[in-house]
Amino acid sequence: MKIEGKKRVLREMVLHRRFEERCYQAYIERKIGGFLHLYPGQEACCNGVMEAARPGHDYVITGYRDHVHAIKCGADPKEVMAELYGKETGSSKGRGGSMHIFDAAHRFMGGYALVGGPFPLAAGIAKAIQLKGGDEIAICFLGDAANNQGVFHETLNMAALWKLPVLFVCENNLYGIGTSIERSTAVIHQHKRVAGYNIPADECDGQDIEIVYEHARKAVDHVRSGNGPFFLELMTYRYRGHSMSDSRGYRSREEEELWKQRDPIFILRDRLIAAGELTMEAFEALEKETDAYIENEVIKFSEDSPEPRVEDLEKYVLADRETQTPWLTGKAA
Amino acid sequence: MANIMYWEAIQRAHDEEMTRDPLVICMGEDIGVAGGTYKATKGLYEKYGPLRVMDTPISEGGFTGLAIGASFLGVRPIVEIMSVNFAWLAMDQMFNSAAKIRYMSGGQLEAPCVFRSAGGAAHQLGAQHSARMEKVFMGIAGLRVVTPSNPKQAYGLLKSAIRSNDPVFINEHELMYNMKGEVPDTEYFHPLEGSDVTRSGTDVTLFGYNISVHWCLKAAEILDKQYGISAEVVDLYSLAPLDRAGIKASVSKTHRAVIAEEDEAPVGVGSEVIAIINEECFFELDAAPVRVHSALVPQPYNHTLEKAAIPDHEDVVKAVLKLFGKA
Ligand SMILES: Cc1ncc(C[n+]2csc(CCOP(=O)(O)OP(=O)(O)O)c2C)c(N)n1
Ligand SMILES: [Mg+2]
Repeated sequence: MKIEGKKRVLREMVLHRRFEERCYQAYIERKIGGFLHLYPGQEACCNGVMEAARPGHDYVITGYRDHVHAIKCGADPKEVMAELYGKETGSSKGRGGSMHIFDAAHRFMGGYALVGGPFPLAAGIAKAIQLKGGDEIAICFLGDAANNQGVFHETLNMAALWKLPVLFVCENNLYGIGTSIERSTAVIHQHKRVAGYNIPADECDGQDIEIVYEHARKAVDHVRSGNGPFFLELMTYRYRGHSMSDSRGYRSREEEELWKQRDPIFILRDRLIAAGELTMEAFEALEKETDAYIENEVIKFSEDSPEPRVEDLEKYVLADRETQTPWLTGKAA
Repeated sequence: MANIMYWEAIQRAHDEEMTRDPLVICMGEDIGVAGGTYKATKGLYEKYGPLRVMDTPISEGGFTGLAIGASFLGVRPIVEIMSVNFAWLAMDQMFNSAAKIRYMSGGQLEAPCVFRSAGGAAHQLGAQHSARMEKVFMGIAGLRVVTPSNPKQAYGLLKSAIRSNDPVFINEHELMYNMKGEVPDTEYFHPLEGSDVTRSGTDVTLFGYNISVHWCLKAAEILDKQYGISAEVVDLYSLAPLDRAGIKASVSKTHRAVIAEEDEAPVGVGSEVIAIINEECFFELDAAPVRVHSALVPQPYNHTLEKAAIPDHEDVVKAVLKLFGKA
């Protein structure tokens, strides 16, 4: 990564961090309801991989911890926040909520609430790419615990069998809600689990974006060159609880502190400062600027936007009804 | 009588049965060390250890099947599926293995398993976390379905389900775990079949189950105080089998029926109860039975839309007034 690129990515990561922290606050203020899963601590994973890929061109799919992935693909933070506010201007028109951010225009194929659900969908998207002959790839970001669903294995087998252009990124944050990985999974290093399917795999530090980027580049190249699937495991940590009702009793404050010393944003910041490309003052100014943007534009837009109309309750349920397609009545011309 | 919460009642049933029978075990995601998402298994891990209180991987199809397999050899597993939305992943094993094993083995094998799960819409959990799925479970031959509306039932139905030699699905509700109610101090087994007349009345029967029993009770209060209509409330805690005799007895007395369910209408408790009324006591009716139910939409996230999609006691009142030509 060139210095200019690094500065831009730092800027983005700060936005991602502050956006999520602002969500936390909005949840406390009851502006956001339902389940809310936040991303702080894991920013280098999504950013590192997507810097090596082509955001907005490659298809991305993930679970319920999805805000940052959507924004990285090109979704407008205003629309993502409006979705969390349940507004008509939200990325899913207020129908989806935090766990279901979608932005098809930017090829962000969504956040899904059922653990493991996106695995085969990603393979299906890759199948469509293969059929249509494009140079895109499908990227599936999921957690470590998701690999315990049977569909993980079913998908790996099919993806390898049919040489589908799909990159599986496992963000191994060592926990699935309150269960630590060694209590739920026989193998801690997830990349070892895919060897049986003849899928090449790699593992690296998920806190240092430059390391993620280097490994992701090889992974993306492999998939884009038509060699079939690849599995990339990133060792990372989520700083907050799993969702909002989580007092983190299952892990120690010391463990959290250790990981906070490997904060992905600070790692990049300090490297830029050491290289003389950034000052601490400039970084602090960036944080302030970001907060101002979030407050004055993102939050304001979300607050000011209208709610969906109750008359539209049944909108978006069935396609043919809405567009009155001729085959609904068998009168196709 | 102790006044305890729904989750405490469930916990107590687990505890008593696990003390009594070393082959009673429980398993599910985050049920052990964490004590369960809804605390229903709190303290059991410390008391009975990891061999009998199993924190499972996120492998619903896998651990449900594993529980069923263990039950073939006389183990009595209580499987917690964290949310009913995840039960889709376990249904293959519940339906194809547990529900059919006794029949297809000519009575040689049985699957005395209990599957517990939190159903119903909580607040703004969105399309993939708000399902009501009673309708799916209640049509499967070989599977019992019960659904407690209060702590006493939660305790007594679980006790009976553990003792039952059949697979039993227990449909709980996310919004009810903290509800308080009286539970007998002495051991108590709620019947697995039948229904409870929760409030006696003469003019109309309000059928509910689980959370909708509470809408019915509230509606009955309003109907009595404001409109002088005497409503009977029948709690259909057993959804499979449904209590034909109980449904017939109440409707034969009141001649009118409203069925309240949180689920969407097509293919559900409401349609089934109306079919039973038609079959058992059609000529007793003074008016066509009415269903109160959710809109047929995936659950919206937006708060206002969500409220519009799900009925409550006011909708029950409106339905009754319409039945009496008062609205
Ligand atoms: C099928 C299914 N089972 C259980 C759950 C409840 N659940 C939500 S997230 C989660 C943990 C997932 O952990 P992991 O895959 O490691 O992702 P992370 O949250 O750590 O990013 C569980 C058990 C669910 N949403 N779907
Ligand atoms: Mg995890």
